[in-house]
Amino acid sequence: MIRTPLRPLARILPAREKGENPDAIERENIRRRHAEMQDRARVRAEGRLLVLGLFFLCAFVVVGGRMALMSTSEPAEPVASAPGAAIAMQRADIVDREGRILATNFETHSLYAQPPQMVDPIAAAQGLKQIFPDLDEARMIKDFTGKRKFVWIKKRISPEQQQAVHDLGDPGLLFGPREMRLYPNGRLAAHVLGGAGFGKEGVNAAEVIGVAGIEKQFDDYLRDPANGSTPLTLSLDLTVQAASEQVLAGGMRLMNAKGASSILMDVHTGEVLSVVSLPDFDPNDRPRPLLTGDPSDSPLFNRAVQGVYELGSTFKIFAAAQALDLGLVSPETIIDTSGPMKVGGYPIGEFHGKNYGKLSVKDVIVHSSNRGTGRIALEIGSERQKAFLGALGMFDPTPFEIVEARGAQPLIPKRWTDLSTVTISYGHGLSASPMHLAAAYATIANGGHYVSPTVLKRKGPQYGPRVMSAEAAKEARQMLRAVVTEGTASFGDVEGYSVGGKTGTADKPKPQGGYYDNKVIATFASMFPTNDPKYVLILTLDEPQIHALKEDRRTAGWTAVPVAAEMIRRVAPLLGLRPDVDPQRRAAITLTSSN
Amino acid sequence: MKGIAYVLAALVVFGLAFWAYRENYATQQVLKETRGLQRQIGDAQLRLGVLRAEWAYLNRPERLSELSQINFDRLGLLPLRPDQFGRIDEVSFPPAQDPLLPITNSVDVSTMAADGEGNP
Repeated sequence: MIRTPLRPLARILPAREKGENPDAIERENIRRRHAEMQDRARVRAEGRLLVLGLFFLCAFVVVGGRMALMSTSEPAEPVASAPGAAIAMQRADIVDREGRILATNFETHSLYAQPPQMVDPIAAAQGLKQIFPDLDEARMIKDFTGKRKFVWIKKRISPEQQQAVHDLGDPGLLFGPREMRLYPNGRLAAHVLGGAGFGKEGVNAAEVIGVAGIEKQFDDYLRDPANGSTPLTLSLDLTVQAASEQVLAGGMRLMNAKGASSILMDVHTGEVLSVVSLPDFDPNDRPRPLLTGDPSDSPLFNRAVQGVYELGSTFKIFAAAQALDLGLVSPETIIDTSGPMKVGGYPIGEFHGKNYGKLSVKDVIVHSSNRGTGRIALEIGSERQKAFLGALGMFDPTPFEIVEARGAQPLIPKRWTDLSTVTISYGHGLSASPMHLAAAYATIANGGHYVSPTVLKRKGPQYGPRVMSAEAAKEARQMLRAVVTEGTASFGDVEGYSVGGKTGTADKPKPQGGYYDNKVIATFASMFPTNDPKYVLILTLDEPQIHALKEDRRTAGWTAVPVAAEMIRRVAPLLGLRPDVDPQRRAAITLTSSN
Repeated sequence: MKGIAYVLAALVVFGLAFWAYRENYATQQVLKETRGLQRQIGDAQLRLGVLRAEWAYLNRPERLSELSQINFDRLGLLPLRPDQFGRIDEVSFPPAQDPLLPITNSVDVSTMAADGEGNP
């Protein structure tokens, strides 16, 4: 670049000669030079701005283009990251406390038809009829030859049936994959598991949703893909459950009962180890609910959790325990149980019109005296009785985690009169489910803490608020033991397990009011071993009746108690409970050969 | 000097381009393998699920009790009874190390005539 001199002699000299100021020339030149520099700087800055603008344009175009591409492209899972996450898209398993499978999934296929693609609709319908005898051939022919473009034929078919349909060779018969819920143990724990069905259905997949029991209660958990590989662990024990079901089914048949239920519960954790309700059903093929008649006659009805019954004399121990807790009585306090006794104008009688005279509180429980318990309850008063039963959870549905438990609202009198106080003290006028009774007996068994029954596996004791003192609970346990050793539940003594419990025989209410005089609910509420209770067993038989010692017998002592004893005998060793007896003598040997 | 720098820069660009090209194909290859492996894992898990279900089905208590009844002659299995619990002091110490004497005059024994006290 040629620099122009600021003071060119060629101009300075003539200017000096003319007497002009040569500095003006220099200033003029400096101005010009500055103007030139400004021009250059502006051009450069403009250029830079342009480049920057272009860069931003490109950047925005790239970002925008990428966004447009991403929004229009099909979603795809990242292939390289998170191994395994892409696979577990099925419903979580349900396992028992030892990890044995109670519910799992199975791949099957559904069968549908697209009639426009069919080659020979009539032959296809005939072939299908041979494979699936329950299908209606005439209807299929109508569907296949009509205007329909899509027909569901079967929701679930087995691999053999699939092969047979393949062999028909009709291109209009198509299969869609189906995930199906499988309960490999069949009827075992059917009422707890409930069952599952299909929700929204498409050709390529169908939603599996829980329809009852724990499947419905924990539907969100089980369906969450994040839990696909973490099964839901229940507190049930498969072997104990199976043994209980076997014993109860046998007992129900022997005692000619219409239904039966049993609950085995850990008194410290509230874990339910087995809960049985008979008759039961197969959750793989869940029957339809009854549309007519009494829903409690359906095998779907869970007697242990859903059924609310007047549980009879099993309630007597609550009055005794509360009186002990309040310090109103001691086990030896004498109560006058002689009649007649009238409360609110109603006479209070004893079983078979007996009269026990003066009894100690312990003997009131041992002989199951209605009047004795009633007098104790009157001493406690209705307010305190109500608060106590409330603390035992008798007024609300149990927190047992299956969906049916929410509906088991106990029936309590609207007005809690003195008569209610007396009748409720011996278990009439208040209906609760066997599960309520199990929780209340667990409170006595564990030393006075409420525990909420649960079907989920827990770790360690789960004591709730204290309901009664440990001392009162201990004395109540001794009374329950005495019921077995010398009272109404003498068939319940299992050698080595120190069973304690209370029988209860309640007349069944007629639907139209009043009570049947030949239909009862027999209950045995027991705990074992009484010196350090670990388990509570509630066993209920619906309408039992046996003929023994020349008499028809329905009371719990003759019906429910022997079944419960057999159940304890079977189940306690499975629970790892060591009997408190001398071990069997070793077999003696005898010489039989003569040499 | 400048010329050499240009040439070197061009060579670096070539080199990087070649490297990127190879990495691209290597990545695609790995992704393909990953997909294949994940499909295999999925199939294996499916098979595992079926096997677990089958195991549970074959081990269902109902079937086991039937089998134990069918094979009662051979196995003699009965439900566990409370009196089958033993105590640790009932377990005898292992026999001393002296060699067993040969059995020369064997006798048959039976528990039939025992009176329960251990006396013949």
